Amino acid sequence: MMGTAELRNSERELQQFQLRIGVAGIAMLVAFGSLLGRFFFLQVLQHDHYRSKAEDNRISIVPITPNRGLIIDRSGVVVARNYSGYTLEIFPRRVRSVEATIDELSELIEITPRDRARYKRLTVETRNPESLPIRTRLSDEDYAKFAALPFRYEGVKNKARLFRQYPYGDVGSHVIGYMGRINKDDQAALESEGVDANYRGTDYIGKSGVEATYERELHGTTGFEQVEIDAAGRGIRTLSHTAAVSGHNVVLTLDMRLQRVAENAFGQRRGALVAIEPGTGAVLALVSKPGFDLNLFVDGIDPQAWTELNNSPDRPLNNRAIAGVYPPGSTFKPFMALAALELGKRTPRSTINDPGYFVFGDRRFRDSKPGGHGVVDLHKSIVVSSDTYYYMLANDMGIDAIAGFMKQLGLGQPTGIDLQGEAAGVLPSPEWKMKRFRRPEQQRWYPGETISIGIGQGYNAYTPIQLAQAMATVAANGAMYRPRVVGHIENPRTRERRSFEPELSSQVPLKREWVEFVKRAMAGVNKEGTGARAFARAEYTSGGKTGTAQVIAIKQGEKYDEAKVAERHRDHSLFIAFAPVDNPIIALAVVVENGGFGARAAAPISRTVLDYYLVGKLPQGLQEPTPEHEVEGDRESD
Amino acid sequence: MELARLPVQRIVLRLVEGIDGTLLVLILSLSMLGFAALFSASYDSPGRVLNQLVSLSLALAAMWVTAQIAPQTLMRFAVPAYVVGVVLLVAVALFGDVVNGARRWLHVGVTRFQPSEMMKLALPLMLAWYFHRRESTLRLRDFALAAVLLAVPLALIVRQPDLGTAALVGAVGFYVIFFAGISWKVLGGLAGLFVVALFPLWGMLHDYQRKRVLTLLDPTQDPLGAGYHIIQSTIAVGSGGISGKGWLNGTQAHLEFIPERHTDFIFAVYSEEFGLIGNLVLLVLYALLIGRGLVIAANAPTLFARLMAGAVTLMFFTYAFVNMGMVSGILPVVGVPLPFLSYGGTALLTLFIGAGILMSIQRHRKLVQT
Repeated sequence: MMGTAELRNSERELQQFQLRIGVAGIAMLVAFGSLLGRFFFLQVLQHDHYRSKAEDNRISIVPITPNRGLIIDRSGVVVARNYSGYTLEIFPRRVRSVEATIDELSELIEITPRDRARYKRLTVETRNPESLPIRTRLSDEDYAKFAALPFRYEGVKNKARLFRQYPYGDVGSHVIGYMGRINKDDQAALESEGVDANYRGTDYIGKSGVEATYERELHGTTGFEQVEIDAAGRGIRTLSHTAAVSGHNVVLTLDMRLQRVAENAFGQRRGALVAIEPGTGAVLALVSKPGFDLNLFVDGIDPQAWTELNNSPDRPLNNRAIAGVYPPGSTFKPFMALAALELGKRTPRSTINDPGYFVFGDRRFRDSKPGGHGVVDLHKSIVVSSDTYYYMLANDMGIDAIAGFMKQLGLGQPTGIDLQGEAAGVLPSPEWKMKRFRRPEQQRWYPGETISIGIGQGYNAYTPIQLAQAMATVAANGAMYRPRVVGHIENPRTRERRSFEPELSSQVPLKREWVEFVKRAMAGVNKEGTGARAFARAEYTSGGKTGTAQVIAIKQGEKYDEAKVAERHRDHSLFIAFAPVDNPIIALAVVVENGGFGARAAAPISRTVLDYYLVGKLPQGLQEPTPEHEVEGDRESD
Repeated sequence: MELARLPVQRIVLRLVEGIDGTLLVLILSLSMLGFAALFSASYDSPGRVLNQLVSLSLALAAMWVTAQIAPQTLMRFAVPAYVVGVVLLVAVALFGDVVNGARRWLHVGVTRFQPSEMMKLALPLMLAWYFHRRESTLRLRDFALAAVLLAVPLALIVRQPDLGTAALVGAVGFYVIFFAGISWKVLGGLAGLFVVALFPLWGMLHDYQRKRVLTLLDPTQDPLGAGYHIIQSTIAVGSGGISGKGWLNGTQAHLEFIPERHTDFIFAVYSEEFGLIGNLVLLVLYALLIGRGLVIAANAPTLFARLMAGAVTLMFFTYAFVNMGMVSGILPVVGVPLPFLSYGGTALLTLFIGAGILMSIQRHRKLVQT
């Protein structure tokens, strides 16, 4: 009885359920039917309306590129600025054939093979470009010609743009750095940093030097405009406007006039110079010769110029001041002397006899002066640059003590300067050899190798900035500051400044007495030693040390001209200096590649630089440049 | 090792066992249309297509596993899944991550997930289980208790706030109650009550939610804010015409006028490029899918299986209808993806597991008949 009732009950339930399933099915059909009705309404009845809306009435978000910040030297001289100009741009996706379009355009305005080559290069480099410039810096006449007939050229437009301009051309090129079009790698980097949205509308980015290191500060914040545009892409009206915020000005520690004097002093010679303010680390001049004209890059360098710069045996794009490594030669000796005093290996009074050579095992290490310097004490060893003295000293100290002391002076490590591409150099030690070489017999440190380390040869290899930093550290009695080329960042509107305080990277524990001794010995070099001729009749006191570094092998890829190769076999000429002796305000290191003796090439350059910096004396034939201060009216979208 | 020695034929048979061919073909057809639209919408980020392919593979695997589980076994998951789901929703309310102003995500180790998503299946499971247990003695108070079971997670999701998911979870819960046989009178009364309750409910809504409803009535009021989505997607659909602009030729999509064009608004991309004909194809596919699901539900042997099949099927329907309705401008903009077409692994997983449940029910339709 109970069973049948239940069965009937569940049967009724099932029926009820299936009824409701039917209701759901009908509801679905009704709902989908109404959707279909809506689609029919939109896509058939209202189709024309929506088609014209899609075609005619588009809202486009137009980025407003901010003004890039200026780069200014320490005295207010503008070294990188912007000027507005017109470009002629092709929108590759809107033209049938880029080649044909260029041919057509060339009937109207001049388009050189260089322009074409550059355009091709940009096409390859740029990811998903909306438009690319075929001509930049249009003359007023060209602009007028095109503006009169804009409709003849589908997919071509002229654009007003700000260009970077470097009034000093190649002066300070490695510090200021160049700009280039944002390529795929840059784009990927921007995306991974999450700032790619801010670069909508920006085509160029800093590639080297301060332009690259301070890219984020210089760039500014992109503004946006919502514009209603018609089918032809013409704006009808602006719906909203968010102004761009100009980038910050970057103020260098560099003195552009000093920089110019220094570069001029090199003439046609290759080499590097770094001048640092002891006690702050501010870089006053940073030279790498030869340089290159920064203006070549501003609207996309053409392939020919790029190839020339890249393949030149002089390697102008290479920043020798921070990426070139050179044996320090005898400029190493003052640091060796300081090490000997600090470690108690020598006293100022102890003397040796210099017969002109030093014998170690069955090897004879020769002094550069045949016959030797006779009786030599520590002071004289620096003044006359006795090799024998330092052969013996290195042997007495041992490689571990030398490496340990030199490491404190920052040699063989990047200084941390605010520029990209700094090399580490080599501070030789048994550990370094272990890491550097593979074969066990090569990995061993031989005591004989220590001897030539003492005179700055052997495996020693440092960058000019390391030598300048070590010199500045000694000049500042052991205070080592991280070198900087930028002193502060400035908001162009509010003039608000964000300064970079001098950053003490370490306080080397040096005994004042020994530092003073080495400084006096270096003063002796410029008064009566190897630097005396270069510093004759100087109007200030200075300390220096000459160096001559042997060029062991020719670098790869330099096998052309016989005369050139021979020239490239010559020794590098080095000089380190500080001045004035009592209260140094400048310390520097100079390398002249293949310049021969240190006294001959590098010392006179140092003299010129110190003359200008300390007493304002200009070398003959060099005019004081008219300092060009910040130009007003260079702020359009502000 | 044991497996390796099995003949290939047996492995294949084992793999297709329990898989409903009709459902699978319909779902895969929808997925293929989804890839066509996604490919077009992803011209600027091709990686998305590959991502979606990976998600699809995972979802298929999950569907297969679910299809192997008998409905009786599935029932055992009901209470734990529901309890865990509610606990996680409470956890989200307490320590969840805030994304775009809504607290929806929970950190689990290295990844985040939305507990509200799992409620879409856990809630009907729970309700179906409950009705199944009370089958012979169903009273009005059982429906009242079911309403409470529904209201708790719903309130937590509305609070996040996530209107789209709340609408779906609420709808799915309602379907179970509806199929369980709540009387038409009560239903009518509730509908009346709902209309009356709309007024205080309006006061509880967040500003942006109100805006969405208002802009639905007149999108031109706020063309750059809340109305922008609707205006642009309507233009996309309307400008598609009868035959569409052609695959990869949608200007609205490619000129970036359609926001969220990979996810919730992928129908705008599809409709612009494939037109009314494409929409008709899509509607027919969905109708067939839902019809198949309803047939499975009608033939299901137990109350649990019937309720579950009915609820999952109508969940598919709700997804499809709400999404297409919102893109074409007749329903408010809520975050509901287009089922089997929208980009996103989580939604795909839920949908495929739902399909797996349907398949399992279909497979076991005769086993428990006695």
